[in-house]
Amino acid sequence: MKQKTIAPWTTWKAALVEDTALAIDIQNVSLWYGDFQALFEVDLQVKRGSITALIGPSGCGKSTLLRAVNRMNERLGDYVRTTGEIHVLDQDILSDDVELSQLRRHVGMVFQRPNPLPLSIQDNVLFAHRIHRADEKFNKLEEDEIVENALRRVLLWDEVKDRLGREATGLSLEEQQKLCIARLLPVKPTVILMDEPTSALDPKATAALEELIWELHGDYTILIVTHNMAQARRASEETAFMLLGRMVEHGVTEQIFLAPQEEGTADYIEGRYG
Amino acid sequence: MTYSEGDGGVSGQSLMFAATPLNMRNHRLQWLFRALFGLMTLILVVPVGIIFGVLLVRGGPAISFEFLFSYPSDGMTAGGIWPALVGTMWLVAVSLIASVPVGVAAAIYLSEYAPDNWLTRGINLAIINLAGVPSIVHALFGVGAFVIFAGFGTSILAASLTLAVMTLPLVIVATRESLQAVPMAFREACWNMGATRWQTIRTVVLPNAISGILTGVILSVSRTAGETAPIMFTGAAFFFPFLPSSVFDQTMAMAMHLFVISTAVPGAPDELKYGTALTLITLVLLMNAASIWFRSYLRGKKKW
Ligand SMILES: Nc1ncnc2c1ncn2[C@@H]1O[C@H](COP(=O)(O)OP(=O)(O)O)[C@@H](O)[C@H]1O
Ligand SMILES: [Mg+2]
Repeated sequence: MKQKTIAPWTTWKAALVEDTALAIDIQNVSLWYGDFQALFEVDLQVKRGSITALIGPSGCGKSTLLRAVNRMNERLGDYVRTTGEIHVLDQDILSDDVELSQLRRHVGMVFQRPNPLPLSIQDNVLFAHRIHRADEKFNKLEEDEIVENALRRVLLWDEVKDRLGREATGLSLEEQQKLCIARLLPVKPTVILMDEPTSALDPKATAALEELIWELHGDYTILIVTHNMAQARRASEETAFMLLGRMVEHGVTEQIFLAPQEEGTADYIEGRYG
Repeated sequence: MTYSEGDGGVSGQSLMFAATPLNMRNHRLQWLFRALFGLMTLILVVPVGIIFGVLLVRGGPAISFEFLFSYPSDGMTAGGIWPALVGTMWLVAVSLIASVPVGVAAAIYLSEYAPDNWLTRGINLAIINLAGVPSIVHALFGVGAFVIFAGFGTSILAASLTLAVMTLPLVIVATRESLQAVPMAFREACWNMGATRWQTIRTVVLPNAISGILTGVILSVSRTAGETAPIMFTGAAFFFPFLPSSVFDQTMAMAMHLFVISTAVPGAPDELKYGTALTLITLVLLMNAASIWFRSYLRGKKKW
């Protein structure tokens, strides 16, 4: 896919309001780390523009499943083997002719510990943009606009607009995590994967992040792993519950929490496992 | 146990926090170990201080503008060390040009690209072992490989390459370690945005590893400047009262010159030897100090 000049994505409202097309379609995915099978025939469909929470006890394969969607598990080489099918926007992403760089541009990731790069705030926001810009010339005005739009979108602009040249690692954790979301936006991702994005934050920062994530969905499809039941309940439309590498139950959040179909789900939600 | 609980109003508040015999014992032990470790440090530091002191006292008077910038004279029993000083700089510069690019590139490969398998582990082990090879062995290798086989003759080039081979493991190990000190989270952040390995290395990993790499390089410089064996048969001359004009010339060198006037020139005054030694050690110390200063300067700019 050849890239064109990036229009300010704030004007890019995906046509997904009434669209029920799938952003992520995971079918029958199994995954092995060496001889250890971490995922067993997992299915999961995520609608475009929705927020889906992925819950389950520690070690059940949530992060593994998330990394399957941007093929980050492959960093471990032949040691990891994946079978099944994963489609992102109807494209088969496990196919050999998928360019990983393009996939990861469209499928961004936010981590448990905020990990801004040891660069200035501005350079952090522009990092992905610069990587994917390739043939275009440097354009200061364009870059300034990108930085401002991205930071406004994550509600960080007013706090940092006077210190864009400062090291991003000097920000508070909440600001860092917002920055980590902001830096994905300039390349117009479709999907944002979040792996326990608030677990390093205090309750107040957590609430701020949740609000932001809620505000972002619609424009972006969000698949978020969380340990926090209240968070899953508050800040997601659908919830998927995993146990020991299997997808146990997936449905509308309300229903999962009020009337889980599976005993395992009920036990977990009521705190009967860790 | 002498620890007693809630001993009522009798002994009062003050005794509640008083030291028990067990606390006393712990304090004595703690003091003992502190003294022990301090003593060991002293044992380490004192000889260095004495050496430097003696050199300073006995060699200090020899140091002068004249001494540094003039040629040896009277069969090397008088005069200065200028050609040796210049020669050492040639050797250091040429060996750096050879060892730094190769060493840094190899370290980047080993740290950032190589899969973690038996071959990589074997190579890493070999590099560590290479660092332990005695310098005289490197010297013999240099004679075989560069002087004879490659046909460079005894020249600055052959000597520098020998020194480069000797310091290569230092550069590789220092570089690899400073690369690995860059948190994995930075790399993951980059890869997850679609950056290639090289983009990640260039924009994030290298800039944050540079202080450690430079430290390794400077340490290798001081090692290069101080070695005699590897250059003795490959390019350093006993007496060569000219400044070298190309890498194919022979040259004098500080370490070699010191060795020569201390063992092979009968009437050389002690002052000359101590002066040469003092100059060499000062050079090395200055470089180490520069590396320490530079590293702490760069560290101060890092925020993680
Ligand atoms: N690199 C790896 N090598 C081997 N096993 C792994 C690796 N990463 C994760 N696992 C295993 O896969 C399972 C799922 O891990 P993970 O996806 O991190 O779980 P979660 O995110 O739900 O806590 C765990 O049993 C874990 O030990
Ligand atoms: Mg996890």
